[in-house]
Amino acid sequence: MAHSARRDSPELPDFSVLKRLARDQLIYLLEQLPGKKDLFIEADLMSPLDRIANVSTLKQHEVDKLYKVEYKPVVSTSDQLCFLIRPRIQTVKWVCDVVNADKAAGKFKRYKIIFTPQKFYACETVLEEQGIFGDVSTDEWAFYLLPLDEDIINLELPEFFRDNFLEGDQRWVRTGGSALHLFHSIYGPFSKVYGIGRCSKMVYESWREQVKEGEQKARQAEVGTVFLIDRDVDFVTPLCSQVVYEGLVDDIFRIKCGCVEFGPDVTSSDKSIKVMLNSQDKVFNEIRNEHFSNVFGFLSQKARNLQTAYDKRRGMDIKQMKTFVSEELKGLKQEHRLLSLHIGASESMMKKKTKQDFQELLKTEHSLLEGFEIRECISFIEEHINRQVSMIESLRLLCLLSLTENGLLPKDYRSLKAQYLQSYGVDHLLTFANLKQLGLLVEQQPGETLTVMESKMGKLVNDKTAGKLTDAFSSLAKKSNFRALSRRLSLVPKSDEEYDLRVPRDMAYIFSGAYIPLSCKLIEQVLERDGWTGLEEVTRLLNGHEFAVTGSNGADLRPQSDAQRIILVMFLGGCTFSEISALRFLGRERGYKFIVLTTAITNSARLIEAMLDNHV
Amino acid sequence: MMKSKADEEDYWNSSKFKAFTFDDEDDEFTKLKESRQAVNSICGLVEEEEDEDEVEKVSWSGEPVGSISWSVRETASSLREQSFPKIDTTPSLPKNSSGYSLSSLFKGKEVLSDSSVRLYAPELRKPKSEYKVTAVSLEKFRSLQEKLLLLDEAVGVHDGNVITAVLIYLKKSLSKEVLFRELESRQTALRHFIHYLTESKEQRLLLELYRALGRTEDEALLQYKEHLRITDENKRRDFLKSCVSLPFSPEDAGHVQDHYTLLERQIIIEATDRQAETGGKVEIFQKFPRRASILNMPLITTLYYCCFYHYAETEGTYSSPANIRQTFRIAEKQYFVTALAARAKLKAWHDVDALFTSRNWLGFTRKKSPLSFSRVADILSKNNAPVQVLQEYVGLVDDVELRVALAQKYKCHFIVISTYRDLKDRQLLLGYRGKVERGSEEERKIDELLSNPQIRWKN
Repeated sequence: MAHSARRDSPELPDFSVLKRLARDQLIYLLEQLPGKKDLFIEADLMSPLDRIANVSTLKQHEVDKLYKVEYKPVVSTSDQLCFLIRPRIQTVKWVCDVVNADKAAGKFKRYKIIFTPQKFYACETVLEEQGIFGDVSTDEWAFYLLPLDEDIINLELPEFFRDNFLEGDQRWVRTGGSALHLFHSIYGPFSKVYGIGRCSKMVYESWREQVKEGEQKARQAEVGTVFLIDRDVDFVTPLCSQVVYEGLVDDIFRIKCGCVEFGPDVTSSDKSIKVMLNSQDKVFNEIRNEHFSNVFGFLSQKARNLQTAYDKRRGMDIKQMKTFVSEELKGLKQEHRLLSLHIGASESMMKKKTKQDFQELLKTEHSLLEGFEIRECISFIEEHINRQVSMIESLRLLCLLSLTENGLLPKDYRSLKAQYLQSYGVDHLLTFANLKQLGLLVEQQPGETLTVMESKMGKLVNDKTAGKLTDAFSSLAKKSNFRALSRRLSLVPKSDEEYDLRVPRDMAYIFSGAYIPLSCKLIEQVLERDGWTGLEEVTRLLNGHEFAVTGSNGADLRPQSDAQRIILVMFLGGCTFSEISALRFLGRERGYKFIVLTTAITNSARLIEAMLDNHV
Repeated sequence: MMKSKADEEDYWNSSKFKAFTFDDEDDEFTKLKESRQAVNSICGLVEEEEDEDEVEKVSWSGEPVGSISWSVRETASSLREQSFPKIDTTPSLPKNSSGYSLSSLFKGKEVLSDSSVRLYAPELRKPKSEYKVTAVSLEKFRSLQEKLLLLDEAVGVHDGNVITAVLIYLKKSLSKEVLFRELESRQTALRHFIHYLTESKEQRLLLELYRALGRTEDEALLQYKEHLRITDENKRRDFLKSCVSLPFSPEDAGHVQDHYTLLERQIIIEATDRQAETGGKVEIFQKFPRRASILNMPLITTLYYCCFYHYAETEGTYSSPANIRQTFRIAEKQYFVTALAARAKLKAWHDVDALFTSRNWLGFTRKKSPLSFSRVADILSKNNAPVQVLQEYVGLVDDVELRVALAQKYKCHFIVISTYRDLKDRQLLLGYRGKVERGSEEERKIDELLSNPQIRWKN
């Protein structure tokens, strides 16, 4: 794993203060309801909470019993109930049911809802409508930033993606601004902000407003540069199969809040184990960014080294043995445990992938990215659908086809959609409607000449003055222009060149040398050019909304200073582990350090699942 | 159902790693205080608390802006160096729209966003009663023009929470017709409203909205979605029937029609088969008991099921594969894949064979497939077909390299051998001799070929 790394990469700031901050805020809020109380926690808040506090912390602050919110009637004997929830109407309705049931039964209790990261007016309206406004006190726990690793901070808001990009609801814009503001107030001041995407622009504005409102202290910046990017700028990257170790583990086992559960097939016992995957795991840290094909060799080399280290015991006298046991054995055992886990995981992944003809799947993806043998790709996808192979996988391939080809020919669209509905159920009509709305899976529009006019119109209209017009053009505005972008930015290396995955020469290694992720390429280009100059054609193809601004608050602007080379990349709508690996590679090559701030960790399955509507 | 305390403990302790801790055994209070200070200084909350009354009055009550603390703050902020430029280019509102200056109400977005923060995200220690101030003050916006300006201003701030708050107020204080009409030209607000109605499950109003906007397909889809809530299959079928006439696109209308027809048939097939199964007279149900009901399964699953249990039936019955194929216009390839998988699962190799056999007009038979033979072999092997069956299809793969690769993968030695013979490649054949079992028929065949003087080897 020899990388030609620049040695002068700056040090990353310490993010543990964020955990402490969140924890203390929570404790403060719990103290606002003095006395013993039962705490109900929203299911998807449990893991994040686990990362910053534990049961004894909560117990110390008079939390008696802990429950998961399950939308069922509550059996609790406590006379004080506290609900720690996301600001969702459904959950608030459930709380109302709980309170009203108590009222009906003549029970008088004290209730408190703690919304995190913030409360929404719509939620309070529910309280009002259900007649319990005033019976329930509400608070906000501004838990925005959860450090998952030394270079990843997560907002843990997977719904950001669907709400913002599919529903067009800007409720999380301010949240994004506040998260950035919190980061800024601890690790800033920022001196440069770059960005692309509508949401990025709005988040920037929201952040700027919040900075303006608050007090600013002159301090030494730890992080000086920020890049904001909307997920819909690049849908292709998250829809590709991940082949870098960490991404592959996420695709197959699903990493949840930095933690993965390995089942019996990995542990080769009858138990599952949960494992934290981060830089603390020395074995994982060395393979996480590697192409999967290198991992096996690396692990077996490690195993051999370990064997040698163990073997040292032979022929030791008692004193040496004592030192060995007290100094080395523990470390070796730990390494042994980790090694066998990751070897088990690799084996299990290999098995799963050979079973589903992974090679052929990758070949199809690469052809799509290259725009080569599209007919073959279509019939591959068709067979996939016909054989009822994974419903998500089929949609993913359809979306990739549509994105890379700028939409499907009407004939293909109709036929593939019909076959899809036959294989997986007609209720996926709703899913197709969503995919179309988002521009992930569309029919090619007849008359390509419209586009020029449309792009001119696009600049003139905005949603306030010409909603209808925008609507009429919206399907066109969402053209992905992937092929043109790919050419402009040389995203797809020439296929006749050999690509040595052991010695990656660019970020394409994360996709077996077949494709440089568009999102990361944009970041690279903008940092290199210190702005968008020279990328006019690219931003036009991406439907604009790019910006580059420089602050003038006395922040350190020397480009070579450490803070300038620590770059915060904020992904609005989620990012993949592969993208993080690519950025780490870029950082090593150019002497940057990237910190990824994302609304959620995503992958193709999560992205597609967010679009499903075939359930109540 | 209630989780016991022990269960919960178990959950929390089951994660294998300690949550983040820091030494806080003693002196907890000081630390808490310290970090609370940190929180406060970061968020600037303390400041906000001091002047919030003024701000609220200013922004929501409709009084002219100009209170002392407001202007002090304004001045301060204008003096402060503008550290980052504004980039958004939201066009400003038409200011001449009414006799008195409404724009002064909104003196900058800041005022609205400020108060909204305070309004919907009040400071920690703020007494509850204070929110009501705003509820009252929203009601000061009585004229349509004021309401719309309020809405447009909210949209301009890009805070979805504020937009929705204003929409909830407008929903309460405007008639549907007027609200719908005004939303039509305000796409951002409209999408917020639709999302709000979806989340609060106000189905009927949402349908009316779609109708008013002429978004008939959305209306149809939303209505169709309701079927997911109906668990009784007969009621669901009847509901789907009523959906057929909804204003779908012609293409989708066809799909919905199919959905209805399919469920109708599934109900019939399910009833008959359940009876046959419990009756115990039909062999196939005894040998392969049904694992689940066929109700609400996709079409292809239903076809598979029928190919499995009802393969030989004549086209007259609802459950015959041929009937299903015809009714739902299933593509040839799709039908083949499904029938093949079902018959292979049953190891009915004769049926498999028959699927591919076609007779030309001279009466000769030959194997034909809408699916590549390599794919056929793949499906067969996944269903554990024996080599004798597999090799027949592997042998039909046109591409020589692929054929050899597949034959090796599926251990169809004779195919490999005969392909090498056809290639007249003695070296490869010799090499392959080491891979077959010693003393086997395959070995004998290879020896026979190698010693055959009639073959003119190329190497």
